[in-house]
Amino acid sequence: MRDFFTLSVLVATLASAIRLAVPYLLAALGETIGQRSGVLNLGVDGVMLLSAFGAYYTVLETGSHSLGILVGLLIGLAMGVVYGVVTVFLHAQQGISGIGIFLFGLGFSDLLFQELVGTPRPIPSLPKLAKLPGLGGLFERLEDITYIGEAFFSHNLMTYLAFLLVPAVTWLLGNTTFGLNVRAVGENPQAADSLGVSVARTRFFAILIGNSLAGLAGATLSLQLGIFQHNLTNGLGFIAVALVYFGAWRSKWVMAGAMLYGIVTATRLQWQARDIIPSSASDIAAMTPAIITILALVLLASRVRGPAALTRPFTRH
Amino acid sequence: MRSRNEHTRNRSRLVSLLTALMALALVAAACGSDSSTGTTTSECGTDNSVDKPSEPVTDLTFAMVAPSAADDLAFTQSMVDALTRLGIEPQITDGTFIVEDAAAAIRGYAEDGIDVIVAHGTQYGGSLAEIAPDFPETSFIWGTATDTQGLDNVFAYFPQAEQGGYVNGWLAAEVSESGNLGVVGPVEAGDAVAYINGFKAGAEANGASNVAITYTGSFSDVALATEAAQAHLTTGVDVLTGSSQSTVGAVNVASGADVPWFGTQANQEAWSPDLVVASQVYHWEVILDDMIESIEAGTLGGEAMGLTLENGGLVIEINGCFDLDGDGGAGDIIDQIISGEITPPA
Repeated sequence: MRDFFTLSVLVATLASAIRLAVPYLLAALGETIGQRSGVLNLGVDGVMLLSAFGAYYTVLETGSHSLGILVGLLIGLAMGVVYGVVTVFLHAQQGISGIGIFLFGLGFSDLLFQELVGTPRPIPSLPKLAKLPGLGGLFERLEDITYIGEAFFSHNLMTYLAFLLVPAVTWLLGNTTFGLNVRAVGENPQAADSLGVSVARTRFFAILIGNSLAGLAGATLSLQLGIFQHNLTNGLGFIAVALVYFGAWRSKWVMAGAMLYGIVTATRLQWQARDIIPSSASDIAAMTPAIITILALVLLASRVRGPAALTRPFTRH
Repeated sequence: MRSRNEHTRNRSRLVSLLTALMALALVAAACGSDSSTGTTTSECGTDNSVDKPSEPVTDLTFAMVAPSAADDLAFTQSMVDALTRLGIEPQITDGTFIVEDAAAAIRGYAEDGIDVIVAHGTQYGGSLAEIAPDFPETSFIWGTATDTQGLDNVFAYFPQAEQGGYVNGWLAAEVSESGNLGVVGPVEAGDAVAYINGFKAGAEANGASNVAITYTGSFSDVALATEAAQAHLTTGVDVLTGSSQSTVGAVNVASGADVPWFGTQANQEAWSPDLVVASQVYHWEVILDDMIESIEAGTLGGEAMGLTLENGGLVIEINGCFDLDGDGGAGDIIDQIISGEITPPA
């Protein structure tokens, strides 16, 4: 146990937690925007799987990470159009539609993988920012700072983008007309409609942004790991949805939830590697992050209130 | 049904094409490979593709249901490769981590009149207990499992993975400079735990001071396996191994850190040709051959068969790119396991 509480190990654990948290954070931020507009999307995991494959395959064929990220984003956007049309314009039940999107993503990503790739072939992982031209020089120097460098400046571009999106989403929802409309249609769509806000258009754009971020999350996951295989996300998208509830629909608390999940997971892996947790207790250790998340949700659920119109389709009378 | 048949036909065409290419590659490379009891050492850079005979060993029709992808370079591929080596082109339903999906596929194949159905996953046992009695003329091959649940038309199969694990562990200690080795395991069950226990015992017998084991709790969580490998690297391990299809990410970590990797289930050199030192490869065809013989003689099941180093079902395939001073002593260890001088823990 004493071995774990050395600065170098704690720093490595923090760096690992940040890596683990990034896909959750990106997906959960997108879902936050969607849910604030009153739309629940249980298809996040399916969108992530399709985008993860698209990004992976693009890098496999072209070697370009930038193109891979762009493809992941565009796949998310396209899936957003589908989900938006189905739920906003066709008024389909959100929960069932989301599950449909998830199952489609799970099956279609696997089909494409089987037909186009087959055996998993590694691709180069997303490079650290320090390795990139331009800002890379600065980050290379920052990475050399003892301990702090490894924890905070040894990550890829998507990591910093994910954390920069936290204040950006807060600002978007709190300080812009679009954000005000999103919150209005999520709380009382009838009132918003009577004031001239287009509920359908606002929700549709919120879904597009949310799914694009889910696409980025999927692309980041596969490019960070440098691999794709069947069901790569392993339910990550569903945890991202739970993190939105955990974070009480606030970006900074969603980030806190993602980091908590990452820290708990990274700590248990470090403890297992150092035999602090014996292998006989590995099953219990594996459940820890989920148990903590559920406990937090139970504690928070009674104290916070979600968007009043969440999951309720809007029809103008 | 039509889409499944089309999928199978496409897969069959692809397998045929690949097999022809593999055969050519193997002919070109054959003179470079070396083998002794229980081990093969490939020439550095050799294609490790599977050879297929010109004629199948049987006219029986086969289907296979498996949890992961047919070409996962791990558990499922080991069975696909074995069937390919026997010239059998099964209909395949893969990626069925959901047991209910697998059960539907197994029943569907039985209803279609397939002669032999391979249910390649321990978790399919419950479904098989319900389905097999409904189709007494069909033979089911199920694993990994050590008993047939008392069903006359079910063969069970299992690898004694601890044997190859022990050899891999011995070799890993040989390669390691620090004596610290890391293991990324999925769930503490089945052949994964047998391999890992054997690996630890073999490594410690050859002087390894520390074998750290992490069970991620998932057969399929690549992200977790990747971070588990990263965590091992922070403890100073200089050799890694792991079991299950989720370890593909861990191999990537090993590759990025220039740390040697030991594989199991299938030859994993394709993931990292320069760093996969050796793989314990399951040659299910050894026992499939016996099962086919029994089925053709009218016995559709009722027996459990195991892969061992002795019967040739387990083979340690060593990457010729590594200078192990011959086979690194693997042949001697294998002889001792076969003779019973060494009994690896399961």
